[in-house]
Amino acid sequence: MDLNFSKEEIAFRNEVRAFIDENYPKHLKGKVLREDLSKDDFLAWHKILGKKGWSAPAWPKEYGGTGWTATQRYIWLEENARGETIPPLPFGVSMVGPVIYTFGTPEQKQRYLPGILSGDVWWCQGYSEPGAGSDLASLKTRAVREGDHYIVNGQKTWTTLGQHADWGFFLVRTDPGAKAQEGISFLLIDMKSPGVSVRPIKLLDGGYEVNDVFLENVKVPVDQRIYEENKGWTCAKFLLAHERAGIAGVARSKRNVERLKSIAKAEIGDDGKPLIEDDEFQRKLSELEIDLSALEMTELRTLAREQAGKGPGPESSLLKIKGTEIQQRLTELTLEAVGNYAQPYPRGLGGNEFAVGPEYSGAAAPVYFNWRKASIYGGSNEIQRNIIAKMVLGL
Amino acid sequence: MNFDYTDEQNAIRDSLSKWAQQQYDFDKRREALKSEGAWKSNWATFAELGLLMAPIAEEYGGLGGGPIDVSVVAEEFGKALVVEPYIPTVVIGGGALKYAGSAAQKEEQLNAIASGERVIAFAQAEPKSRWALNDVSTTAKKDGAGYVLNGQKAVVLGAPQADHLLVTARTGGGQRDSKGVSLFLVPKNAKGVTTRDYPTMDDTRASEVYFENVSVGAEALLGAADGALPVIERIVDEANAAYNHEAVGCMRMMTDLTREYAKTRQQFGKPIATFQVLQHRMVDMFMAAEESYSMALRATIKLHESDEERSKAVAAAKVSIGKHSRFVGQAAVQIHGGMGVTDEMRVGHYFKRTTMLDATFGNVDYHLRRFTALNAKAAA
Repeated sequence: MDLNFSKEEIAFRNEVRAFIDENYPKHLKGKVLREDLSKDDFLAWHKILGKKGWSAPAWPKEYGGTGWTATQRYIWLEENARGETIPPLPFGVSMVGPVIYTFGTPEQKQRYLPGILSGDVWWCQGYSEPGAGSDLASLKTRAVREGDHYIVNGQKTWTTLGQHADWGFFLVRTDPGAKAQEGISFLLIDMKSPGVSVRPIKLLDGGYEVNDVFLENVKVPVDQRIYEENKGWTCAKFLLAHERAGIAGVARSKRNVERLKSIAKAEIGDDGKPLIEDDEFQRKLSELEIDLSALEMTELRTLAREQAGKGPGPESSLLKIKGTEIQQRLTELTLEAVGNYAQPYPRGLGGNEFAVGPEYSGAAAPVYFNWRKASIYGGSNEIQRNIIAKMVLGL
Repeated sequence: MNFDYTDEQNAIRDSLSKWAQQQYDFDKRREALKSEGAWKSNWATFAELGLLMAPIAEEYGGLGGGPIDVSVVAEEFGKALVVEPYIPTVVIGGGALKYAGSAAQKEEQLNAIASGERVIAFAQAEPKSRWALNDVSTTAKKDGAGYVLNGQKAVVLGAPQADHLLVTARTGGGQRDSKGVSLFLVPKNAKGVTTRDYPTMDDTRASEVYFENVSVGAEALLGAADGALPVIERIVDEANAAYNHEAVGCMRMMTDLTREYAKTRQQFGKPIATFQVLQHRMVDMFMAAEESYSMALRATIKLHESDEERSKAVAAAKVSIGKHSRFVGQAAVQIHGGMGVTDEMRVGHYFKRTTMLDATFGNVDYHLRRFTALNAKAAA
């Protein structure tokens, strides 16, 4: 057992740190902390990494991965958090990509993987429906086979950033007679297909991060189905486990702890001393840091298991629950730290936005409200506990 | 012991609740928020219903009511998500006049509040003061018979609607000294007053207010120069007591809305309300709302006691309600799932409102410290 980096790993860290320093677009540095990113902003770093061959470190090398060890990937995430980069969106690289290289045909791999790696194709997720959230397998969007096409009808919702998407991966029902999980197929749909429409949903933070997606007689070639017909649930389960593994967000949370500390140094408490010296605040910050250490160590153990070919199993639900709880606590503490300057909410004034209070205060409340999503998405934390109860504890 | 409301108080509750259902439902409120002047007709209704005159003495055009009457109004306002600056005007502005105003000031201003002609915002917090009431950098320098004000006030709730500002300013002492703080009632259109208006997280409106060589006459000073801090503490306690009831109204709505949603939302072939983990969460929400009401009521009843008892009861209620409302708000959103974080659903707006209230006149940590300090002082 050894927690220290080897000489080679330290050399690797220095290499990626230098690469980030030299290549990350200066105008986007730290912008990840605000929530007003354009499509180009989201894709800028992804495209640079695509050219370098670093956009999908977790993929097998034969499909365009880096071949890095789990430790190197951990270092990579740490350094990106340190550099406050906008990471490649998960929908292509972390979600549909692994499904395609695991279950797709050689033609499908060739057709879709390059665009995911390069960042040229923006993917979105069509899973949840108005009536199928936690109970995803009850989904009703229907795909009827007609020759070499499916005709798809239904509605998807909570499709994150779907307003920018070129392609989407959808769970659709191909056999309404089968048991819930058994009649589902996994389809790739070009978002420009006739019959696809996207309606942004306004959220509590004033932004439009998620969408309803309506599918009306959308013609989808059969060769855009991944894996066998009616076996889409296998892909879905595989993808959800992958989604959960990345969801802990340890490196970003560590960065946000540092950011919170810098806010607490700048803020003056009610006793006239810097907030960082306040006992009550210090205690909460320390508890958070300790819990984050526990999560980090647990994630490293999971990574090591994965490296040994045993992962990610139902234990990844633990990472999702604890990771999102910590992310939410961080937003709470940041909200508390900025005091009454958490109240102004000029977002939504359209072109008349202006900063009120210190530069760091404006995002505190929108981010706090926005991150309530974290304990809901990717399988709510209640569902994750059900998974652990059933799959790990055998209850 | 008697926890009953009077017939008059029940009548206020009923008429307000009816008004809210007919005139201030979620969609109408949303429309009104888009318009600059829509609040004025609501304000006129508040005057008609007697809400503005409720706690004002009869000799100044009021109904001579007390904090319990205000608490009834506040709870209903919480349920309806009312954004008009009722508490700043009636509780804070009215309170400052009641405790510090001269007979002439009361005569002029309280009558105007009662009739709906006067809207007051409390220009107290400053960019670096956080919630410390004694931390005042804005200056009021003696100039002949009057004063000249200079400084910046932060997040002044209701200032965009207000015609007068109740301003805390330093007439003596250092930035954090208890002595040397004075209260002024300044017309917002006085020369040298500028504002930057913006919405807050809960769709209330607020301003940054700047005073640049603002000359006011001696009649603008409320009470004795240098000695206003005890009055400020008192009116802020009274405001917090009222805001607590507003939070209770919000929590009750979140509890009800969540219960109704859980009973109708189907997953896994049954209503999610049948899942025990959610049932227990909703029970905890219910208990949090009940305890919050108890603490709000306790503080309101103790408002007339000694400064120390009053402040302790209000601080205790703020701590309890701050914690409970965070739990209730987060749980309500969680049980609503994705719908809970949408702007379209009412429930998230209650969550925003209670989050806003926690950050108004001191959050949980602030009042925990205050309670501890008051306890230590009593023991010494």
